[in-house]
Amino acid sequence: MGKRIGIEVSLAVADAVKMAKAEVISAYPITPQTHIVEELSTFVADGSLDAAFIPVESEHTAMSAAIGAAATGARTYTATSSQGLALMHEILFIAAGLRMPMVMTVANRALSAPINIWNDHSDIMSERDINWVQIFVENGQEAFDLTICAFKITEDKRVLLPIAVNLDGFILTHVIEPIEFPEQAAVDAFLPPFAPQMTLDPAKPVTMGPVGMPEVYTEAKVQCEQALLNSKLVVKEVLDDWAKQFGRAYDLVEKNGKADAEVMFVTMGSMGETTMTAVERLNAAGKDVGQIRLRLWRPFPEQEFLAACKGVKKLIVIDRAMCPGGVRGPVASELASLFYGKPDAPEIVDIVAGLGGRDVAVSDFEEMYAKAVSGGLAGNYTIWGVKSHAA
Amino acid sequence: MSKKALLAWEDLALGAAVCEPGSAAKLKTGDWRSLAPKLDVEKCIKCSLCMIYCPEFCIAEDQEGFFRSDLDYCKGCGICANECPKEAITMGVEEK
Repeated sequence: MGKRIGIEVSLAVADAVKMAKAEVISAYPITPQTHIVEELSTFVADGSLDAAFIPVESEHTAMSAAIGAAATGARTYTATSSQGLALMHEILFIAAGLRMPMVMTVANRALSAPINIWNDHSDIMSERDINWVQIFVENGQEAFDLTICAFKITEDKRVLLPIAVNLDGFILTHVIEPIEFPEQAAVDAFLPPFAPQMTLDPAKPVTMGPVGMPEVYTEAKVQCEQALLNSKLVVKEVLDDWAKQFGRAYDLVEKNGKADAEVMFVTMGSMGETTMTAVERLNAAGKDVGQIRLRLWRPFPEQEFLAACKGVKKLIVIDRAMCPGGVRGPVASELASLFYGKPDAPEIVDIVAGLGGRDVAVSDFEEMYAKAVSGGLAGNYTIWGVKSHAA
Repeated sequence: MSKKALLAWEDLALGAAVCEPGSAAKLKTGDWRSLAPKLDVEKCIKCSLCMIYCPEFCIAEDQEGFFRSDLDYCKGCGICANECPKEAITMGVEEK
């Protein structure tokens, strides 16, 4: 059993990377991710982490250098947020296409303009199709645990794809939580050194990233997607393994509240904890409502989500990003597409909430529930709490 | 398997890497040429300027000392014909 200490979540994530024995860290600071990489640079400077820290001049280079590091077979880590993730955009696809294992923490933050450093999911939702494994954590302990798990997932030879651990900016990154730290020996047993499948080695030359002519491009993309689809099983195995060794269980999709409720909130990330409190209150008041928490976003856990929705008549989906000019928000679009044509498809009520750090309180969820069940949220989606002259 | 594909996706190396060094030589880059250079040995003075200017490095000296294009790699750009001081190279449609 390790020790339990009060610590800022960003620093705990840095400790997780240290305990995972990352060998190369290439990063550029951006709020609210800064504390993570700042702490890691301290570890490298004071010698407590035997790694190369590459202080790059932009996120575009942070991701490019991470690819180079992963190509040599190093255990690789980076972190970013918002505009930084957007600046990485083109390289994110290359990291996946070249099958480069690495862990990236995304401290989720709104995209400009207007400039805003606070939390929502518009950064990562703009990167849905990068072929990375993408998970969302709900609290600090989970951020710590899943950062270590992420190395084991990304380096599994059935996966060998980068993984993004999404961590809500400020709400999680800057909060001080009691976090249980495992013993280093236990982490070492859980996460053995990286055994790469292919590396840049003069003794065994390979060309990584050659041109993919029309005769090969489609097959290369299929190989990449197959690895992503295969990763679901690996994520499950690694989380189960973590639960066995460290006693904290995580699943791809989880339920809270009344298990057989006909109305379910769907949440991702830290907002789920507020929803949980609201659901407890609503259940105590006799309301038929529960909550489905989506931890794994890519690959989308179809069967697990469908199983969680058995008997559900109405889903209240909380989207923490807009899809301007689209039919629904990103999460609700995904679910509408999942349920399309299925006989027992639940009604989907889509609520876009919590943009750019706008607080969504327990009372908001209670109000959302009341409006959703009374049919007061008609239309494809509702942007919650918009101040307007039109009532 | 699609007739348009070279390999099944399962047979591609990790990340579609190329694991055989020097295999680029196998890629015949001349197959989309529309015009090919033709050398008139009567006019040629064996000065080698065509070889020097060729951007594909596909012109080499033969046993008789003439400089000839390797049509497996010649893209038909016509720089050799343009640079030849004796107009010994002409670009023309190839006979199939």
